[in-house]
Amino acid sequence: MPTFDYAPAPESRAVVNLQPSYGLFINGEFVDGSGTAFKTINPATEESLAEVAEATTDDVDRAVKAARAAYRGVWGRMSGADRGKYLFRIARIMQERSRELAVLETLDNGKPIKESRDVDVPLAAAHFFYHAGWADKLGYAALGPDPRPLGVVGQVIPWNFPLLMLAWKIAPALACGNTVVLKPAETTPLTALLFAQICQQADLPPGVVNIVTGAGPTGQAIVDHPGIDKIAFTGSTGVGKMIARSIAGTRKRATLELGGKAANIVFDDAPLDQTIEGIVNGIFFNQGQVCCAGSRLLVQESIADDVERRLKRRLATLRVGDPMDKNTDVGAINSRRQLDRITELSAAGEAEGATRWDTDCPLPKNGFWFRPTVFTGVSQSHRIAQEEIFGPVLSVLTFRTPAEAVAKANNTPYGLSAGVWTEKGSRILWMADQLRAGVVWANTFNQFDPTSPFGGYKESGYGREGGRHGLEAYVQTGGVA
Amino acid sequence: MTVLDTAVDPAAGSTEDPAARARDLLGVSRLTDTSLTRWLHALPGVDQVGAEARAASLGTRSIKTTSKAWAIDLAISMIDLTTLEGADTPGKVRGLATRALTPDPADLTTPSPAAVCVYGDMVPFAREVLGHSGVRIAAVATAFPSGRASMPVKLADTRDAVAAGADEIDMVIDRGAFLAGHYRQVFDEIAAVKAACRRPDGTSARLKVIMETGELVTYDNVRRASWLSMLAGGDFIKTSTGKISPAATLPVTLIMLEAVRDWREVTGQQLGVKPAGGIRTSKDAIKFLVAVNEVAGPEWLDNHWFRFGASSLLNDLILQRQRLAIGAYSGSDYVPDDAPSLY
Repeated sequence: MPTFDYAPAPESRAVVNLQPSYGLFINGEFVDGSGTAFKTINPATEESLAEVAEATTDDVDRAVKAARAAYRGVWGRMSGADRGKYLFRIARIMQERSRELAVLETLDNGKPIKESRDVDVPLAAAHFFYHAGWADKLGYAALGPDPRPLGVVGQVIPWNFPLLMLAWKIAPALACGNTVVLKPAETTPLTALLFAQICQQADLPPGVVNIVTGAGPTGQAIVDHPGIDKIAFTGSTGVGKMIARSIAGTRKRATLELGGKAANIVFDDAPLDQTIEGIVNGIFFNQGQVCCAGSRLLVQESIADDVERRLKRRLATLRVGDPMDKNTDVGAINSRRQLDRITELSAAGEAEGATRWDTDCPLPKNGFWFRPTVFTGVSQSHRIAQEEIFGPVLSVLTFRTPAEAVAKANNTPYGLSAGVWTEKGSRILWMADQLRAGVVWANTFNQFDPTSPFGGYKESGYGREGGRHGLEAYVQTGGVA
Repeated sequence: MTVLDTAVDPAAGSTEDPAARARDLLGVSRLTDTSLTRWLHALPGVDQVGAEARAASLGTRSIKTTSKAWAIDLAISMIDLTTLEGADTPGKVRGLATRALTPDPADLTTPSPAAVCVYGDMVPFAREVLGHSGVRIAAVATAFPSGRASMPVKLADTRDAVAAGADEIDMVIDRGAFLAGHYRQVFDEIAAVKAACRRPDGTSARLKVIMETGELVTYDNVRRASWLSMLAGGDFIKTSTGKISPAATLPVTLIMLEAVRDWREVTGQQLGVKPAGGIRTSKDAIKFLVAVNEVAGPEWLDNHWFRFGASSLLNDLILQRQRLAIGAYSGSDYVPDDAPSLY
């Protein structure tokens, strides 16, 4: 039998000009940090990419003051039309430098280049284009006659979609007239720092965007800083609760986009071949390191065996390995710490009696890797059905009736997203009405668009990002009598 | 769709009595429009957006260097080199057949296409040139391309081509009957043409069933027509005549590859797929091969199971082959073309 071996098709990293060390981006320029610099590594090889400054409380204070000055002096009083011009300019530069951003994202994060190239970077640019359009139309966004900016916004983002989460945070904040102090995750700071260069290239007034790198203490310093008017956070539910506690009793507002344990629900009349693709995309996109990942597959018992067989056949064709190869489908796990967590929870799944299966594909020697894994025979009471694994691990459960599917899907502390697969339109509408999840996808999964609000129910957080709803998080609404 | 416990004997089923096998597969005592409708409409639906997204994602595979060279040769070997024009002459057909024997006189390692595909009356002229070279002769039949003729005419057309020496018959289904839900009629016509492919010595020309997917329009229809064609005894399911646009799109071919994959699971019988019409570049051809590889499986990467119906595709494949060999683009003047289109 012939074999169609795809020869290596590596994307060139020559397009990226990596500096040996990076400072903090405060008031429009790169400055040294006062803390202990740390290394950021390529999770696919464990090679060190660059040294990054750590921002201390003092550095954060400087950043907040710069943001406040820019808010008072320039950005807060600039016309929406002019803010829009800057945002359009940033969006266009992101498109022009898209290859550079994609390569850097893949190097720092470990995600396949085809995802950073086709999803992360285009969507990030789209968020700037979309919000650029709102900047001079806020009066018509049903936010009241004269929506005002909040002031200085502190933003803390995760490592799974470093540039995209930055765009989700910065674009609406700036469009509404706020200035920002943003902290990227400590394992993935590089595209945020490249974005800082893009802000310089776009002649964005100094202080409108400030980027401070560091780990938890730097984030805490932002949250605790009295000069911050609002916190926007995406990350784990645990940290989200800490933030909520920290700001309780202060004037600060917050939007929190936290964890998830989404149900991907497959009825017996689903379009099967596309459903299999949707299941794969739901849990193996970005190595499953997606807060809205379809990590619980709820499949109607009458077709469970067929779905399982088709799914495994499809998973055997996934190409796991070098994220820089254009044909790679599943890349590296972002960090040793995350890999340990995935490993630990998967072991717990086995110990609790679920049946473990993986693709048995070869894995590279260096770096952090986890094979696409499927657990069958999973019960609601298993840890792998309850806890967010945040990795390429699918838990398969079954149901018999639509009501049972709804009950099981909602039986989780989370409520970020859900998927429904059926050819019956009326059932889609009924399910969407019953599911307590911020996003319900019908016959698709993990589709994102700047026009569509995204956010959670229950412990998946509060506030929405994207769409008209997302603007509400960045303005004072009020009427003029 | 569940896998049968007892696989049907493919040889007995496909060549002897398609109706008996169909009754067995459907679990019915009589094959009627109703029973066929029930069976075909129970196939899982196709979500258009999802199917097109999957095809697009297969199209992003990056096939370079050694794998590109391998894929180009495979694609050349899968071509049904085609001329189906009212203006065809014996001279043009001889030229096409000569080309099939020596696709690139500057590089004799270039593989031959699988077959030449011509109208039935042109078969003898192709045979003069091809002899027993191994390059097969496919003839279109059954009132190609419209299929609008009576059954006796279609069968005579088929027998005539087989008698003239065609190795393969490319028939068209009655799309009107299919769209009207007369599935039994479509089934009977395919089965009858299949029987007409039989030679006096007991062997049979392989039958490709052209569904003209551009006229079926929906992917659900493509899936149902594929299963109906396989059930009725087709050896190949083929997208198009090349006379209707759109012809062979990647999503349509994807649906058909899923159909032959699933058919083999149900019956144990492997059948072929032939996209035809509109595939003109090496880049496109390689996307189709990626789809074959990842959807149907590597067992289909052989010209016994997969064909491209094309005329100009060979030119571009040879151009790309030359580029890989010499490192620069030569140009169309370096690719001999015996059968340029008149239009």
